[in-house]
Amino acid sequence: MSMTATAGRAHADPHHIGLVIEHPGPAPKRIVTAYGFWVFLLSDIVMFSCFFAAYAVLADQTAGGPKGSEIFEQRNVAIETVCLLLSSFTCGMASIAADVRNRFWFYLGMAVTCLLGLIFLVIEFREFADLVARGYGPSRSAFLTSFFSLVGCHGLHVSAGTLWLLTMMAQVFAKGFRADVLRRMMCFALFWHALDIVWVGVFSVVYLLGSGV
Amino acid sequence: MLGKLDWSAIPFDQPIPLIAGAVVLVGILAVLAWVVVKGHLPYLWHEWITSVDHKRIGVMYILLASVMLLRGGSDAIMMRIQQAVAYQSQGYLPPEHYNQIFSAHGTIMIFFVAMPFVIGLMNLIVPLQLGVRDVAFPTLNSVGFWLTATGALLVNLSLVIGEFARTGWLAFPPLSELSYSPGVGVDYYAWSLQISGVGTLVAGINLVTTVLKLRTKGMNYLRMPMFCWTTLASNLLIVAAFPILTATLAMLLLDRYLGFHFFTNEAGGNVMMFMNLIWAWGHPEVYILVLPAFGIFSEVVSTFSGKALFGYRSMVLATMAICVISFMVWLHHFFTMGAGPDVNAIFGIASMIIAIPTGVKIYNWLFTMYGGRIRFETPMLWSIGFMVTFIIGGLTGVLVAVPPADFILHNSMFLVAHFHNVIIGGVLFGAFAGFEYWFPKAFGFRLDERWGKLAFWFTFLGFYVTFIPLYVAGMLGMTRRMQHYDVAAWRPWMLVAAAGMAVLTIGVICQIVQLVVSIRNREALRDRTGDPWDGRSLEWATSSPPPVFNFAFNPDVRGEDAYWDMKARAQQQSLEHGGPEYQDIEMPRNSPTGFVCAFFATIMGFALIWHIWWMVILGGIGAFATFVVFAWRDHDEYVIPAEEVAAIDRVNLEERRSLVSMAGTV
Repeated sequence: MSMTATAGRAHADPHHIGLVIEHPGPAPKRIVTAYGFWVFLLSDIVMFSCFFAAYAVLADQTAGGPKGSEIFEQRNVAIETVCLLLSSFTCGMASIAADVRNRFWFYLGMAVTCLLGLIFLVIEFREFADLVARGYGPSRSAFLTSFFSLVGCHGLHVSAGTLWLLTMMAQVFAKGFRADVLRRMMCFALFWHALDIVWVGVFSVVYLLGSGV
Repeated sequence: MLGKLDWSAIPFDQPIPLIAGAVVLVGILAVLAWVVVKGHLPYLWHEWITSVDHKRIGVMYILLASVMLLRGGSDAIMMRIQQAVAYQSQGYLPPEHYNQIFSAHGTIMIFFVAMPFVIGLMNLIVPLQLGVRDVAFPTLNSVGFWLTATGALLVNLSLVIGEFARTGWLAFPPLSELSYSPGVGVDYYAWSLQISGVGTLVAGINLVTTVLKLRTKGMNYLRMPMFCWTTLASNLLIVAAFPILTATLAMLLLDRYLGFHFFTNEAGGNVMMFMNLIWAWGHPEVYILVLPAFGIFSEVVSTFSGKALFGYRSMVLATMAICVISFMVWLHHFFTMGAGPDVNAIFGIASMIIAIPTGVKIYNWLFTMYGGRIRFETPMLWSIGFMVTFIIGGLTGVLVAVPPADFILHNSMFLVAHFHNVIIGGVLFGAFAGFEYWFPKAFGFRLDERWGKLAFWFTFLGFYVTFIPLYVAGMLGMTRRMQHYDVAAWRPWMLVAAAGMAVLTIGVICQIVQLVVSIRNREALRDRTGDPWDGRSLEWATSSPPPVFNFAFNPDVRGEDAYWDMKARAQQQSLEHGGPEYQDIEMPRNSPTGFVCAFFATIMGFALIWHIWWMVILGGIGAFATFVVFAWRDHDEYVIPAEEVAAIDRVNLEERRSLVSMAGTV
């Protein structure tokens, strides 16, 4: 059947000589959902890149306030990074558990992911609160403005992710591993890993480069 | 309790916005009362407001755009009158009001007319052209529409509660910073765009996924109709560009609300960073709008010339080239920044290069017409009008792409004339062509030709009489956004432009009359076959209006111009489907998620504008709860039984067979 269609096509269109691979039709829902979410993640990364760009432009504009090397605490940043990287691993475990329909490991994986996310958020919040208390809030200088915004934007994403994570656990609890719940779980996992990738950028551009100067 | 909101927010001392607001309010209440009294509310709720059908959502987008066109057009009329009378006098609009009007005009025309119009047409037509039953994410589609409507509502609310921005449509800092714009105007602007921007992003993701992942069997990339290609390019740009707008406005809002220093003059803020960021969105935005219009013209020119599109592959290439290059020219919006001759030269050349793929398109349309049997019906008139107008606008664009020329013409009326020339001549003419062309598909009857042609000629002529004088005034040194002026040489041109505005207004009235007349005569104008123009792509292969499931069978595509091909083959074989076996069809269930979500977004947006913090939290919780409730539902699809599908499809097939025996000659 497809051979005849191909032959007819090749005849009608002089640019297509030989075999034409026929498009098989609409993709299954799982593919469509994941694909759409990938596209969303790309757009989200574009948004982050604006904050990165703003940071790069404003990083030297300290307006007499502190420089990065004077306020960054590498120990905290290291713990934060370890938390996030580990949470990506546990999130992966939860995804595998969902794929094999194992509730126990799913809940465990998600719970540990949540815990690590919360530890990250608490450390970040304390860092921010400490800076504000020392008079180095975002209004102090354009550098601090861009620092708080970039890191805070990532933190907001992690907060939203945590909320989503809890919702996913509740969904699995109430609805089980239904096809639509699994699709959402896949999107959540993509989201969580993407935040990790963004953090690698934040870690490198803000903390590593900033500590040296 | 109510933040910054009190009675002083209502402009009792300004009769114009108050009367306009009152008239609109009375109008809305009258329509609502009529709907409720006539008992149409359940119909409206079940069939439209909660609909996730891409066709209905498309129609609602276009309706929103049309209403907003009247609002934006009223602003335009007021500005033209002001500049016609404000020679050596203050005119009738005080400066603070005039500034709000030109800001609102630009904001509304771009975000709430052009955007919803093209997104509406893409929503309505692209799934049909791809031969599929819906978009990738039907419920999100509805969310996207209603968030856009929220943005439009907030902008219009500023007419009577508080004020709108006085900063121009892009709210450049430092003017838009708190120290120079302490009122709520900029907040109305920024929050409206943030909310509708989320809606646009959702629509963009949805349509990209639809084109890339949902195509019927055999619909290879190089068999997609041109409109699908331009939709893909335009929505890729939405996905890549709108997050920049969101980030930029977020920075501006952080400056205003929390005392950040992104764009302030103090503490190391950088104003030019705003210009770079906003135009890194703003220039692709131009192509987000005009690429779908190019797609529409491609469909229309090919259909009404009775020929396949000339140079299909070069058209695809040109479209994608524009898609990429449009991201590399943003700096030409501020050559005067002082980036130096090298940078300016690079961006100037890039801006001129983008004219090449556009030129390719123009030639392709001309060669499509060459040797064709052209039918000069209304959509074709808009297309030819576009070609003439857009070439002039494009040429003046290449002129201002030359940095030394731009230094002279920057911020002048010449620039105003240029971008109206490309946006009206390109986007609006395209939207009107698409409206006339696909109206029968959406509603099952054609629009009245006589009034349609009148509308075209008045709009076409009105456009030239209005905007050619603005070119001249710009050449004579008139800068844009002037509330009054003392230069005698400009006066005659402003008077001519005002007269042109009157002609344009007649054009708009003709379109309204056309709609009314067509609805009245709908039985005579009925399209029974689903293919009123002898079309070439798959949207014409189903009935008008299409059934909720679009196609009883997923069409099997064998080449470009899928439906033309089918008609030709059907004529040879004298039947369309050989004894089809109908099957049950699963369709997404309607959902109030979009509407409820927008309701909370409106509350949240309003509360943020007026600093009513408890209400912000309430709106946020509501929006989250809406999503959870949506995620919790157990049945998101319903089944249309095969017998019902068969009954609906057979009616259309009968009508179509009679058509096929007459048309479809290769």
